[in-house]
Parts: sequence; structure tokens; C-alpha cells
Amino acid sequence: MSQTSSPTPRIAEIVHGNDVVLFMKGTPLFPQCGFSSKAVAILERLGVEYASVDVLQDMEIRQGIKAYSEWPTIPQLYVKGEFVGGSDIMMEMYEAGELETLVTEAGVARA
Amino acid sequence: MAMAADEIAAMIRAALPDADVSITDLAGDGDHYAAHVVSEAFRGLSRVAQHKAVYAALDGRMGGVLHALQLTTAVPTSGT
Repeated sequence: MSQTSSPTPRIAEIVHGNDVVLFMKGTPLFPQCGFSSKAVAILERLGVEYASVDVLQDMEIRQGIKAYSEWPTIPQLYVKGEFVGGSDIMMEMYEAGELETLVTEAGVARA
Repeated sequence: MAMAADEIAAMIRAALPDADVSITDLAGDGDHYAAHVVSEAFRGLSRVAQHKAVYAALDGRMGGVLHALQLTTAVPTSGT
């Protein structure tokens, strides 16, 4: 299969164009995977405004984001252009209060 | 395609020889696991870097044949 155009510029645009963005399977209303569902629940509990990208609707992003983040799984959370982690790290950070600190210090809008 | 818990633990220990690895088969179906990995190698690394070290140990299987692995990492709390 030949290499198509790089998805990297599109991903960079998404990651830097949103204060908080979650790459997930499905949508916040209808997550298609338990890990994505957990990530959404954490963000809802945190009460931040966030954008979401359904990677199931875009194969280029689905593969591209894994390379971009050097992270093998979905979901993936970005805050202010920085990769934060997947759902396990989100949960650990949430429980430790670190996610709250991160979004507060980043000056992220509250939902 | 799935991986056996022993196989997951062995791959992690091969890359992180000092690691204390505990694997839980969450659903009893050999396909949904939780792993807790404690290693001195994680000291000073961010959580993301710690997880990446475990994913590297699994050599591309994470996100492939290994879909569902909840992962938590830690450094040893007391030296022996």
C-alpha cells in the first residue's frame, strides 16, 4: 500500500486548536469502547469544556494519532497541545487530584 | 487472538528484570487484563514514560493482539 499524505498537520491542528481534546472511539454520548467511556466520564466529572475526535470515523487520524503521540492505544487526552495519557493515566491523575491541577494551571474553560 | 497472562508478565520481566508484575484477568476470558508493574527503572520518569516503557516491553502487541490492558505503574516504595 502506498503512503498517503501525512495526517500529522491535521493532527497538530486539532491538538493545538483545542485547549482540551480527547481522541476516542465513538462520541461522548455514545462511546464505542469501555476505555473511551471511562475517559469521557472523567472529563465530565472534572467539568471542563473539551473537544472530541471519533477516530472510528477517520482511519487516517486513528493510525496517525498513535504515531504522533508514540502511544499505541485510544483514548488519548491532550491539554494545551501536550499529551497527557490514556484512560489509565487519566484515572490515576484524577484520583490524585493532578488532573484538576493540570486544567486549572492551564487555564482551561469550565463546562 | 489474545495473550496469556504469563506471556504478558514474561515479556515485561524480560525488558524490566527487576519488575514486580501482577496481572489480573478482569473478565476471565483471557482478553481483558489489568497489569500493575513496579520497577526501579521507573524512578524519575513521568507516568507517560513509565507506561511507554511497558508498551515497549510488549513490543507492538499493545493496541494489537492485546486490546484491553489496564495499566498502572509505580516505583518501589521501600528499598530492600
